[in-house]
Amino acid sequence: MAEFSLPKNSKIKSRGQSYKSTSEGKNKRTFKVYRYDPDSGENPRYDRYELDLDQTGPMVLDALIKIKNEVDPTLTFRRSCREGICGSCAMNMDGKNGLACTTSIEDCKGGELQITPLPHQEVVKDLVPDLTHFYAQYASIKPWLQTATPAPAGKERLQSPEDREKLDGLYECILCACCSTSCPSYWWNSDRFLGPAILLQAYRWLADSRDEMTGERLDELEDPFRLYRCHTIMNCANTCPKGLNPAKAIAEIKKMQVERAV
Amino acid sequence: MGTGTSLGRVRGLGSAHSGSHHWWLQRVTAASNLVLLIWFVVSIARLPVLDHQAVVLWLKSPLAAVPLLLLVISVFWHLRLGLQVFIEDYVHEEGGKIALLLLLNAYAIGAATLCVFSILKIAFGGVPA
Repeated sequence: MAEFSLPKNSKIKSRGQSYKSTSEGKNKRTFKVYRYDPDSGENPRYDRYELDLDQTGPMVLDALIKIKNEVDPTLTFRRSCREGICGSCAMNMDGKNGLACTTSIEDCKGGELQITPLPHQEVVKDLVPDLTHFYAQYASIKPWLQTATPAPAGKERLQSPEDREKLDGLYECILCACCSTSCPSYWWNSDRFLGPAILLQAYRWLADSRDEMTGERLDELEDPFRLYRCHTIMNCANTCPKGLNPAKAIAEIKKMQVERAV
Repeated sequence: MGTGTSLGRVRGLGSAHSGSHHWWLQRVTAASNLVLLIWFVVSIARLPVLDHQAVVLWLKSPLAAVPLLLLVISVFWHLRLGLQVFIEDYVHEEGGKIALLLLLNAYAIGAATLCVFSILKIAFGGVPA
């Protein structure tokens, strides 16, 4: 059966450290952050960091950077662009997946702001999930232009503005994994189900007027597990920090599969 | 099977090249369930009385027995397709999965056949006293 209980070493046991803010400001908030260090041999815990929001930037990432710089340098998380284009700082904040750099502290409801890694992924350390399998799934769909026709000499492959528009809502995906790790079908069957992010990327190539391997791509996707574990739960579209709709892309793939059979 | 690398594990045994027919049939049987169930509810509601004799007499008409047979087949087919997905979602141990899928098929086919037999028995049976 699907494992609904957590493995022993993932249960949050001890009450972690609490760091009080020394600031005299009135506008304070506590960040409850998931901490796990596999080298310590200890179970995960929540550490609590109180920050003066008047001395902190507006986004959750600003708070995390402030904690790492000024309170606790051992806190580990991924971040890079701080403007929602690299996808590194994807994590679960206040129970919802998102990018720490584009999630405002103000928009997370009051009280302690809980921050955990992306759900249902193995944790490398603290807020860093292991996305090796996710990236391998991306590689498996061959996310590049494939053609039978040789490239035209001395110029690029042309695409009409209308055909280019068909990639809108697809090309913007930054592979942050917020959608896939919010999908219950991906939780239970990620070993075989490709998940919303990878299927949206697969459709990005199916929808490209320049790609000539549509049939081969559909052949590879036609599988009860790779594609058809999607039950249109729609968590993916709800959580996507770029406002994309992976569920719609998956529905388009299913329509293409039926179209070539019916 | 390339289990030594992450890409090898993802590629696994390759695509099953099936699933679309299953998915499409589930939609088709959902639509036929809807149409036939509306017919069923309306037909029952339009009967003047709901006693045993009235229903038996109603079922003797081919215009009642045939759609009811179709409804039974559609519902059990849809149930089989849907529960198969459910089992595949949650049961990961191979032996248990196959046993449950066999049980599901036995139930769906057995129960549907019993329903079909019952409808035919009434349709072709004698008039109740």
